[in-house]
Amino acid sequence: MTAFFQGLGLPFEGAWLLSTIIGILVIALPLMLAVAMIIYADRKIWAAMALRRGPNVVGPFGLLQSFADGLKVFLQETIVPSASNKALFLIAPIITFTVALMAWAVIPFGVGVLVSNINVGLLYILAISSLGVYGVVLAGWASNSKYPFYSAIRASAQMISYEVSIGFIIITVVLWAGSFNMSTIVESQKGYYGFINGNGFNPLLFPMAIMFLISSMAETARAPFDLTEAESELVAGYQTEYSSMAFALFWLGEYANVILMSGLNAILFWGGYLPPFDWAPLYMVPGIIWFLAKIAFFFFVFSWVKATVPRYRYDQLMRLGWKIFLPTSLFFVFLVSGFLMLTRYGGAQ
Amino acid sequence: MIHVLAFYLFAILVVSSGALTILSRNPVHSVLWLILAFFNAAGLMILLGAEFIAMLLVIVYVGAVAVLFLFVVMMLDIDFAELRAGFVSYLPFGLLIAAVLLAEIILGIGLWSVGPIELAQRAGPVNPELSNIQAIGGLLYTRYIFLFEAAGIVLLVAMIGAIVLTHRARGGVRGQNIAKQNRRRPQDATRNINQPVGQGVEL
Repeated sequence: MTAFFQGLGLPFEGAWLLSTIIGILVIALPLMLAVAMIIYADRKIWAAMALRRGPNVVGPFGLLQSFADGLKVFLQETIVPSASNKALFLIAPIITFTVALMAWAVIPFGVGVLVSNINVGLLYILAISSLGVYGVVLAGWASNSKYPFYSAIRASAQMISYEVSIGFIIITVVLWAGSFNMSTIVESQKGYYGFINGNGFNPLLFPMAIMFLISSMAETARAPFDLTEAESELVAGYQTEYSSMAFALFWLGEYANVILMSGLNAILFWGGYLPPFDWAPLYMVPGIIWFLAKIAFFFFVFSWVKATVPRYRYDQLMRLGWKIFLPTSLFFVFLVSGFLMLTRYGGAQ
Repeated sequence: MIHVLAFYLFAILVVSSGALTILSRNPVHSVLWLILAFFNAAGLMILLGAEFIAMLLVIVYVGAVAVLFLFVVMMLDIDFAELRAGFVSYLPFGLLIAAVLLAEIILGIGLWSVGPIELAQRAGPVNPELSNIQAIGGLLYTRYIFLFEAAGIVLLVAMIGAIVLTHRARGGVRGQNIAKQNRRRPQDATRNINQPVGQGVEL
């Protein structure tokens, strides 16, 4: 796209700036629409599993429910508690929302369809997701209220714990692909056993795929790991004091993160924008459709788990992260690197 | 052009947020300014072409170290008056440290302006074709492998030391046996009895 704007007579820098801004908008605006629709989908799936109807009043099949909610929230008054730290109280939801959008810069939607094709794409995602905790912690602290503070402490401990195992899981994929670049990782998954696309079909990486799915639920604080907003213990967690758009930003950020994590599951283990089978006619379908279908599938898994699995106890959550996932993923890092050393890199010398 | 703008943006933000780290009264604000400084330093590293180091800076310092800082600082119950009371007594020591740092900066700039430092003893020219990660890995795991492993051992010893120093065996804590909990079935814990009216339950 930079070349296109250069063709219009702009200098390189101006063209680059313009094309990058357009790229960001092209991702961010549909993402907001997707978040609105996916909140609706989440409620519908959840309702169906509880034998309810779910949202069905606003618009056909209740399709406009999220937009009605958005409008309602937009018209509400923003209440800032007088005991709160005002600047940080207002910055916290902005951080959550911005960070949730930032990671999308390196997600490939198709062959070469991404804002920024950087060499350290996966590390960038790790770095950005490690920023996500600040929104929650600051919200909890700036509210100057005890339940949000408990929630903030829980959230930071939880996110740090699961980031460690996510880091090791990602390392196994990176070892297999031989690169941190997202596009290279996707392309490296082509043609397992000659006909199937996806690291998840590799017996060495399949356990990692399962662990990554569970860890990504913990990382986004979704049920069954939603201890940060456990309503029976903490009212609404770190969002307790928030109202109006500030609350909406938390919500949007949370769901954008869930979509991102579904996308990462698809990219790292199930072939990203590649079709599931390495068969020429399937490549006629544009990559973005495969990718969105995979995101939709993983989002369905997320909602399914939310609707059916009871919430973990906090000590069980920590035990799962540190005593089970961390050693297992570390073991698999050794296993995968040892296997690659023996096969791909020609044995120890 | 964009590079220059970005450099000045990041540089000004690093310096000013560094200054605000020291100047702000509230320690939580200090930590947040520090985080902003780390973040912009990562931006400067990206401008230098060291994107791997930049990402590690964000992951390690912003993502882990600063979170722990923030954790500790938030938990503290800080008395601001007491904090400011010690200012005068620490002033000479602080000035000493400032003087040492200033001298080092002047020395550094002086050496730099003398001319290029002799680079013949450098480990080996890095191939510009390689990406950051490959270049660092290529040096770290070959030429500097022993130093790298020594650093690893130092960290391991520090970690074990920290655990040993802070771990205390407390009595009266009931540990959980997860396997035992999972083995438990309803019939182990409940029973159905047909209780006659007017008699107590035998437990």
